[in-house]
Amino acid sequence: MSLVEEFVDVVVVGAGHAGCEAALACARLGMRTVIFTVSVDSIALMPCNPNIGGTSKGHLVREVDALGGEMGKNIDRTFIQSRMLNQSKGPAVHSLRAQADKSDYSRSMRQVLEQTENLLIKQLEVTDLLVEDHQLTGVRTYSGAIYHCRAAILCAGTYSKARCIYGDVSMYTGPNGLAAANHLTDSLRSLGIELRRFKTGTPARIAGSSIDYSRMEEQKGDEKIVPFSFTTDPGSIQKKQVSCYLTYTNERTHEIIRKNIDRSPLFSGQIEGTGPRYCPSIEDKVVKFPEKDRHQVFIEPEGLHTNEMYISGMSSSLPEDVQIAMYRSVPGLEHAQIVKNAYAIEYDCIDARQLKLSLEFKEISGLFSAGQFNGSSGYEEAAAQGLIAGINAARKIKGLDPLILDRSEAYIGVLIDDLVTKENLEPYRMMTSRAEYRLLLRQDNADLRLTEKGYEIGLIPEDRYFNLLKKKELICKEIERVESTFVGDHEEIQKFLQLHESTLLRSSASLSELIRRPELSYGLIAAIDPGRPAFPEDVCEQVNISIKYKGYLDRQRKQVDQFKKMEGKKIPDSIDYENLSGLRLEARQKLAKYRPASVGQASRIAGVSPADISVLLVYLKHKTG
Amino acid sequence: MYDSDTIAAISTAVGGAGIGIVRISGSDALQVGDHVFFSPGGKKQLSAQKSHTVHYGYVKDDGQIVDEVLVTLMRAPRSFTTEDTVEINCHGGVYATRRVLETVLKNGARPAEPGEFTKRAFLNGRIDLSQAESVIDVIQAKNEYALQNSLGQLRGSLRREIHALRERILYQTAFIESALDDPEHYSLDGYPPKLHLEVEDLSGKIEKLISSSDNGRIIKEGISTVILGKPNVGKSSLLNVLAGEDRAIVTDIAGTTRDTLEETVSLGGITLNVIDTAGIRNTEDYIEQIGVCKAQEMAKTADLVLYVVDSSAALDENDDKILSLLDHKKAIVLLNKSDLKPVTTSEEVRSFVGGRYPVIEISAKEETGLDALEQTLKTLFYHGDLTSHDEVTITSARQKAELIHAKDSLENVLESISMGLSEDFFSIDLMDAYAALGRIIGKEVGEDLVNEIFGRFCMGK
Repeated sequence: MSLVEEFVDVVVVGAGHAGCEAALACARLGMRTVIFTVSVDSIALMPCNPNIGGTSKGHLVREVDALGGEMGKNIDRTFIQSRMLNQSKGPAVHSLRAQADKSDYSRSMRQVLEQTENLLIKQLEVTDLLVEDHQLTGVRTYSGAIYHCRAAILCAGTYSKARCIYGDVSMYTGPNGLAAANHLTDSLRSLGIELRRFKTGTPARIAGSSIDYSRMEEQKGDEKIVPFSFTTDPGSIQKKQVSCYLTYTNERTHEIIRKNIDRSPLFSGQIEGTGPRYCPSIEDKVVKFPEKDRHQVFIEPEGLHTNEMYISGMSSSLPEDVQIAMYRSVPGLEHAQIVKNAYAIEYDCIDARQLKLSLEFKEISGLFSAGQFNGSSGYEEAAAQGLIAGINAARKIKGLDPLILDRSEAYIGVLIDDLVTKENLEPYRMMTSRAEYRLLLRQDNADLRLTEKGYEIGLIPEDRYFNLLKKKELICKEIERVESTFVGDHEEIQKFLQLHESTLLRSSASLSELIRRPELSYGLIAAIDPGRPAFPEDVCEQVNISIKYKGYLDRQRKQVDQFKKMEGKKIPDSIDYENLSGLRLEARQKLAKYRPASVGQASRIAGVSPADISVLLVYLKHKTG
Repeated sequence: MYDSDTIAAISTAVGGAGIGIVRISGSDALQVGDHVFFSPGGKKQLSAQKSHTVHYGYVKDDGQIVDEVLVTLMRAPRSFTTEDTVEINCHGGVYATRRVLETVLKNGARPAEPGEFTKRAFLNGRIDLSQAESVIDVIQAKNEYALQNSLGQLRGSLRREIHALRERILYQTAFIESALDDPEHYSLDGYPPKLHLEVEDLSGKIEKLISSSDNGRIIKEGISTVILGKPNVGKSSLLNVLAGEDRAIVTDIAGTTRDTLEETVSLGGITLNVIDTAGIRNTEDYIEQIGVCKAQEMAKTADLVLYVVDSSAALDENDDKILSLLDHKKAIVLLNKSDLKPVTTSEEVRSFVGGRYPVIEISAKEETGLDALEQTLKTLFYHGDLTSHDEVTITSARQKAELIHAKDSLENVLESISMGLSEDFFSIDLMDAYAALGRIIGKEVGEDLVNEIFGRFCMGK
């Protein structure tokens, strides 16, 4: 009998970006929730890059916000520079990225957690999971306390049996010198969960006072700041921003690295974990791309309260002396003083194919998992999973169906489907190229796609929901108006067209036809559209995109219709693949092992052919009539 | 309803039959019918006709008559698949049926997957549920057959060419995607004109493949076959028997055939593109020498060698020479003139060829032994199973349809570039083309793009 015994609804293990979203979602949905962290000072810590968003990740943040998550609001409160990337490209790949004040970000999120009803923060390490007959019943902490619960969400990040390495220095700690969690994965292993070892890394932090910025290119924030959260008033966040700086490595840097490559634990075999191809260490880049004579290096501030600078592009696990020489070979860093050495980190995580699309373990009812512990990388990927796992843990307890977003609805859907369906051999990072329907899944329309769902779930307040409905209606009506308003061969019109080097009209044309011309837009034709009502900017943006790219959008919608048909074909849990004779052996084994939820998901498992899918369809029809 | 996009295929055996049927099924079947079918007066609209009626007219492609046809119309749910169905009865034979199918595919239908009509009939409740197992069998059997044929028809060089085209498409897409994903590392300034040149070139190459497929590079049904043998063993007689007409001049004078003759013949549903060659012997005759060299060249590139031996004569050093030409080839030894008194027995020939090739006794003169030849051909090329020979043609039409699909996608890229759209739109159509080409050689897209991005471009923080 344990001395301390508590009864709660949900236990969240870890208070990083996944854990915070998970715990907030549960508590806000009325679940008595306790969130465990190895250190309350590391809540929503950003142990690597000091920014939120970026290509495709910005989409995730928008979606988290549209569903009622916290990340977007928190970065809006604490950013120190903001940029919309890819503005010269199509709207589908515009991506918002903001530099954060790391300590503000962490403090602000901690405040939100502390002020949320039903939510308790505990600084304790969870060491054991209590499971009876494939049902999670509680957790035990290192102190021996038992927390009985109806669901638990693992958001252990990179802390499980973590080891930080550079040169021949190796420390059994989590990121940033924090304590590792050395027991939890043993408990999981004894429950039959398969684990694996991944690796990632971070560059050095250098004292800003030792940097010569005059030898670098300054990178300022956007003049007009766009918020992440749909609830943030753009006017309220226009502020003075700090700059980042760009410099480059050179042949001398590469020479130093090449000379010492045998001293890198990555190359000497000391590190066994699989690293992400997305953020390779500088030594990886030099070895893999010998033809490149320089690599970009971005100098990013870690916050307003510190002069530490993050050296983006030069993560490394080389020995300390090599790091000093290597950084000092870069223009502007000649006198660099390293505050924190660069290091690689190895950690235990799970193969997420053991999870359902709801992020619950297939074999342990009530146990959910989210974030880097699922084999992803990045704060935003973690937050997105945390939110979904939190929502689904609460829904499970309430006896409701899980929230599952599919690949045609959200980047979150793509992320989770990829994680639980495909074989991932490295930390998984979101990319716009992974989203097959990306023209529809834009960051600008995340609210239109998801906020109704957030409202139904219970994370979006009534007024926000009604505002959304109003916005939808305005967009819809305005598109109709523009499509049915015609202009003809009038002097004023032709003058306008001439001004914009657009072909003159011979007969009448609808305003929407003019908008579709590459050189024109909804905004521009306001000059010849006197009947236009005044609309908020976000409405105008939607009208413009919907009309301008109609052909492409319609094409993707058609593809989505096809896709939905297969996703809609659910495979019953009771299916017995062993006796399904028409399947090829490989397909039968894979299907039996991963038990996909739908025919669509089955078709994305490597080794399952279109013929196998046909067989599956026929079989399902036979069984269900 | 399981799936309603519109599919088409040849639903009769191709080859000997006098009539071929192209079946179209799906929600747009009638519209596709309207696009391809024209009544003699040109006024009749197929989709306006009653269900279960037959109409006389023409299938036309861009105004050109493809074939004279009878078209049957069956509206949902009263058809085999329970979907709207149009069946075009056209002239049989490989060429005519295929042209009709191609015209249909050009006008909005996609090639049916193997066994797909049966699958739809089943999924739509048309076939009894108890027959699920046999439906599965049909799908599996047809798939294996189609795959085998699809790969069989693609010569190594063609497969390499498609592979090379795909690599180039993937590289460009990965470049675009790298720049979109990491705009601070890769810039697309000035890239669209370069891409335009590259895509034009790619599109031209695919266009060439499409037009060459018409005269048979990809989809020529048939086994390229060379007849070899010493002079006057009956090679030309064999060709004449196979062709059913006097194509080659047959005389008793050895060395009559001095150049090569080519003929397409059908044997039990198998199409052979037969080349008759000059007899191989050491000769002083200059023109005959050229013929002999040519025969040797032909043998090197053929799918099949028919090696004709005269059973009424003895084997000699010329036979040794011919045998050496058969190395690493599929070959059948035909012991001809079985109607005459044997000098060389089939046992002797078998031991002469070391048991490496089947030996069949025939008589070109009496036309005997052809059944055995047919059976052996089936074993050699179709693993004994040739019940669904139509799959060969369907597979071919499918390949051509994919080539056209790929080309259309690339044309879309060119259009998007000229319209000044941004680069992220290009990669959507590029990947479409990539996927279509992949289907020809049985490759899926999977993680190719992500792997290419990381493999080729240095990404990330």
